Amino acid sequence: MFPFGNKIESSLIYRLPSSNTENYFINHFIMLRKYLWLTVLLASSAVWANENTQPIRFGLTPAIIHNQYELLADWREYLQKKLRRPVEFVSRDSYRETIDLIRQQKIDFAWVSTYPYVYLEDKRLARLLVTPLYQGRPYYSFYLIVPSTDLETKSLLQLKGKIFAYADPYSTSGYLAPRYQLQQAGENPNRFFRKTFFTWGHQRIVDAVAQGLADAGSLDSFVWDTLSVIQPDLTHQTRIVAKSPEYGFPPVVARRSVSRADSAAMQQALLGMANDPEGAQLLKRLNLSGFAPGDAKLYDGIRKMMRTMADQ
Amino acid sequence: MKFILDLSYRYKLPLWGGMLIIITALAVSGTLISHAYDELKEDLLHDSETMGYSLKTNLFPAMLHDDVWRAYEIISVPINRPIEGSNPVKAEHILVIDNELRVFVAAHPKSAPMLTEMRHLNPEFAVLADRIMQMDGRSSQEINLPESKYYYYVTPISSENLHLGTLIIAHPKNIFLPRFVQLARHGLEVGAIILAILLPFNWYWGRRMALPLVQITERMGDISKKWPSELNSDLFVYRDEIGQLFVAYTQMLRDLKDKEEFEKQMVQSERLAALGQLAAGIAHEINNPLSGMLTAIDTLKSYSDLDPRTMKTIDLIERGLTQIKETVGALLVEAKIKSRHLAPQDIEDVLTLVTPMARKKALHIGWHNSLDEAVPLPATLVRQILINLLLNAVQATEQQGEVTFDIGIADSQLQFSVANDGRMLSDEQIAHLFEPFSPMSEGSHGLGLWVTYQIVHQLGGRVSVKREPNDLMHFTVSIPLGGVA
Repeated sequence: MFPFGNKIESSLIYRLPSSNTENYFINHFIMLRKYLWLTVLLASSAVWANENTQPIRFGLTPAIIHNQYELLADWREYLQKKLRRPVEFVSRDSYRETIDLIRQQKIDFAWVSTYPYVYLEDKRLARLLVTPLYQGRPYYSFYLIVPSTDLETKSLLQLKGKIFAYADPYSTSGYLAPRYQLQQAGENPNRFFRKTFFTWGHQRIVDAVAQGLADAGSLDSFVWDTLSVIQPDLTHQTRIVAKSPEYGFPPVVARRSVSRADSAAMQQALLGMANDPEGAQLLKRLNLSGFAPGDAKLYDGIRKMMRTMADQ
Repeated sequence: MKFILDLSYRYKLPLWGGMLIIITALAVSGTLISHAYDELKEDLLHDSETMGYSLKTNLFPAMLHDDVWRAYEIISVPINRPIEGSNPVKAEHILVIDNELRVFVAAHPKSAPMLTEMRHLNPEFAVLADRIMQMDGRSSQEINLPESKYYYYVTPISSENLHLGTLIIAHPKNIFLPRFVQLARHGLEVGAIILAILLPFNWYWGRRMALPLVQITERMGDISKKWPSELNSDLFVYRDEIGQLFVAYTQMLRDLKDKEEFEKQMVQSERLAALGQLAAGIAHEINNPLSGMLTAIDTLKSYSDLDPRTMKTIDLIERGLTQIKETVGALLVEAKIKSRHLAPQDIEDVLTLVTPMARKKALHIGWHNSLDEAVPLPATLVRQILINLLLNAVQATEQQGEVTFDIGIADSQLQFSVANDGRMLSDEQIAHLFEPFSPMSEGSHGLGLWVTYQIVHQLGGRVSVKREPNDLMHFTVSIPLGGVA
């Protein structure tokens, strides 16, 4: 049972400037919700004011399905309780913005995709904190998907001259990996497809492929698997053509300048979730089985891919 | 059609009225519905214009940055909007076309894949492409292709002088159907209520209007066969044309009756005049030989040598001849008798004469004598008329019946009437009442009324008999003063 979903669409709408009265109301509704959020935030800040007025700021990216507000609110509440200080979630649609927020020290922790992690690690801006466990293991892979009506395609290389949907220029599964694969096959990733575009999210890759906007797309297996449970109607409209080898799961990173104590506290809070009934419940809703201490070696494959592509 | 036109007004009037009401209701609701349709279309155009403007404003930066996904999201919103409330207007398709007239993005990418030449999508889009080529790239335009199932609204995506492409919004033409059905249903409901109120009223009114006409028509149709019955004047009390028709009909009926009555009297008086002439002629012809015969018998009787048997026979003949003379004399009414003027006392004398007979039958006699001086009419003749009529009335009245008598002067005429209850006379009997030897006529030889008539006639007056509704036989006599006598 995953009480995810249903908020994704409104997030899409929110991104769009209103074109009619209805959107005007939706916008107002969203604004109102933001104000409520802020009120809750301020109220909870006040509770913790005596101990530590500085809130912990936690960045969220499309590496997870990052727009389930209710789940995230509950999780934030949980973390506040465990850390005994205010926590703020900062959601961004593009990895670039999250990377910039870490660089600008505007967030302390972030759950990022593997590519941004390796980038941040290499730039010595952040370090690995924990790796989530999906079905008990710290791995994920990349899926190449096409519309379910396309029964021909068997590999990425058959997609020459097609329209391809990328997730984010800093996404491993949704950008780096397919380009790497093309490059390894001797193709020019910049010319191989007739047209490419970014959807700024993994779920939207599924949307774009299902709707026929793109002929194919590549995305995070965790997102697709989760969607296949909470929105099977959507994933049924797509077909997985290929699955990549496994790589380390998109990790939670800590900004380098975050104090050891804060870092340890956060790590402890996340690692302890699986052993805590409330935490376990949240994990279940996140479709994860827990968090494990990070192991940088898990991401070597990604780093290799990055370096190869960076040489291009 | 003729069948309908031949129908009675009883049905035709309500039917026409009902039809007019229905046609009016249909015309009014039809007008309202078509007006609503125009408004809906106007709204659609307005919506398209607003939507086109706001979409293009958002699409411009997306196209500028080649952000397909963002463009897709922008145009998907109006498409995926759930239909709410009574506004069914929702675009079915939205496309963004680039400057090469290729699909930049479509809300339904499967039907219009990205980068497809717009002209290759379908023939309709080929026409649209031509129209877009002709546009100035600044102003929006509604494109209504007659054969198409869609209204197209085309908005250039441009800012200042940079033109990036064209936004095409397609609304299905049948978009109004649900709304239209709803409107039509409302219209029909209201129409049905109006009809439910008006039709029974119309039916009643139509019947009310038609019924007098129908009755008059029925009576007019029957007039040649039988005497029509009177109209019930309560049936229509208003003074409009139908009311006037009622009055005219009643008047016509009355005139017809008078005319018939007059004709009857004419026939009767002509017949009686002919009879009078005949009787007078015969009487003269009989009287001459009769006088001779009587003189001869008288002469014969003066000879006394006749045997008793012959004498007896001669007497028998003489009595017979005398009877003939009397009868003929009675038939030959001679009004030219010199007489004194009629005095009020003469009338009272007649009463005195009649009273003993009336008393025998215990009759009640109503007596109104308004004569107060002598009038220039022969007293003997008038007395004879009075006696004849009164005796006749007394004879015809049952025991303890009533006889009324009224006399006076009016319009330079002596007018009197005798009425009695009791035996009523039929029309047939009345028609022949004044003829000689009428079985209804009392007095000598059934000549009483004949004599009366002859006298009145010779005096230049008129006598008439009427059967009154209240079971009275009414004899009326009017004689001009100082008349022919």
